[in-house]
Amino acid sequence: MTARDPALALDIAAIRKDFPILDLTVNGKPLVFLDNAASSQMPQPVIDRWVRYETSEHANIHRAVHYLSEKATAEYEEARRKAQRFINAPDEHAVIFTSGTTDGINLVAHGYGRKFFRARDEIILTTLEHHSNIVPWQMVAEEKGASIRVVPIDDAGQLDIEAYKKLFNANTKFVGVTHVSNALGTINPVKEMIAIAHSHGVPVLVDGAQAAPHLRVDVQDLDCDFYAFSGHKVCGPTGIGILYGKRELLEKMQPFKGGGDMILNVTFEKTTYNTIPHKFEAGTPPIAAAITLGAAIDYLTGVGIDTIAAHETDLLDYATREVNATPGIRIIGTAERKAAVLSFAVDGVHPHDVGTLLNEEGVAIRTGHHCAQPVMQRFKVPATCRASFAFYNTMEEVDALVAAIRKVQKVFG
Amino acid sequence: MADSKQLYQEVILDHNKKPRNWGALADATHQAEGLNPLCGDRLQLGVKVNGETLEAIAFEGESCAICKASASMMTTAVKGKPRADAEQLIQEFRDMATGNLDTANQPHHLGRLTVFSGVRDLPTRVKCAILPWHTLHAALNSMGTTSTEADDDPMHEPTPGGVA
Repeated sequence: MTARDPALALDIAAIRKDFPILDLTVNGKPLVFLDNAASSQMPQPVIDRWVRYETSEHANIHRAVHYLSEKATAEYEEARRKAQRFINAPDEHAVIFTSGTTDGINLVAHGYGRKFFRARDEIILTTLEHHSNIVPWQMVAEEKGASIRVVPIDDAGQLDIEAYKKLFNANTKFVGVTHVSNALGTINPVKEMIAIAHSHGVPVLVDGAQAAPHLRVDVQDLDCDFYAFSGHKVCGPTGIGILYGKRELLEKMQPFKGGGDMILNVTFEKTTYNTIPHKFEAGTPPIAAAITLGAAIDYLTGVGIDTIAAHETDLLDYATREVNATPGIRIIGTAERKAAVLSFAVDGVHPHDVGTLLNEEGVAIRTGHHCAQPVMQRFKVPATCRASFAFYNTMEEVDALVAAIRKVQKVFG
Repeated sequence: MADSKQLYQEVILDHNKKPRNWGALADATHQAEGLNPLCGDRLQLGVKVNGETLEAIAFEGESCAICKASASMMTTAVKGKPRADAEQLIQEFRDMATGNLDTANQPHHLGRLTVFSGVRDLPTRVKCAILPWHTLHAALNSMGTTSTEADDDPMHEPTPGGVA
């Protein structure tokens, strides 16, 4: 397999040298890490950035006037600008550090929903949502007497856009949609969905957890109102994420958590909140993680998101062909536009048995419902096996996956 | 490091393929449903207790091989036994699966059920093996639905009538 455009070719051997963890052996076999949708690995320059912060920059931010505090503050705010450029946000103040995608969605559900939702309002979600883009909306809906309406999917795992259009009415107050399905890999037509919602005056949050590592994200082109993603899925650390929001909406929203930098002035009678983004960054933030996320964004940008996308498309195409050529395996989720995820079922073998036996061959995949139980219910399966790719994966690793699945089939004869 | 192939021994694969005592028990005196929300495992267990004896037992449901084989071998082991013996096996099986019973060096009554001893090295699969035993305990004690997630610890006694 070669990338269609030679300019997008990836020097995979050089890339892999950056990831020390890929040299591990598991059960005596070379590690084949295909659980990147859960968490991607961290390259050495990013690990080094964390170490440099702790060795020579560690201090609290936005508080003291000494050298280290000023340095840490500058690096933290520079990381914010890196995230801003990564998703082409118009304004660095519209970029909020969160603890991850889930935290970002909760911030919007509680910060926007609690203030603006009323009884009988409706929130549109899709069958493809991760639980973290369902549960926060249910919590707010229950509190406000609002309800959730759901966009169905077809047998390929694609959203029914005509059904989506019909869900809008005068009570519709919000849309939450995932950019890429974590369970199936479906890339949703979010730009079109946002335009439809906006024609009804309805804001849209995009869950970008599975898109940011694989696709070029341009929040201005999408015209989304909110976009959330996680650091640990873009080769950064856990415990850090980004929420982008349109300035006028963020300014109207209630803070979700209180204390620390989100305060301008406090008396026991009244508190005045800080401006955005600080209004939403209560307490001491994960400074090391934020700065390290900045380094991860530098790394991905250095490799090139389009190069990453081209290589991962080749991997997914190859894996799809190989799996389709293997009797007794069914791919779940066959959307026309997919990213980096191959969900499948092995006839007669429960996914957890597949996962345990693949681990024996050093192959790490995810098995389970992937925190997307509505998708599992739609396809009438309790769980699936999910191989998810990153740009550091190789065609040989796809071969190792398929060979390991054949061994599982042999064991279960 | 556990050798998971060790776990998938012929006897386990055989019970997975041809589970014994499979089906619904029409005249069950005790019933329970066991759920493992992490795997999606779900099994229904029916027991006919006559006096103090487990006269008949049957199960059905959807589960992984470890859970299904464990259920199949469990039903075979306790069928026709006094209730007290079944409760003792439940405890011994749980102790083995969680590493609290060294079947090679400590006395027990598990017999061929020791093929499951390997799960103690695979923490994510311990619940798969224990679920049927958990469910039998729930059935005998009229606890209704039980779940591996009723508490993080599979050794946890299910709450009476509790649902995860």
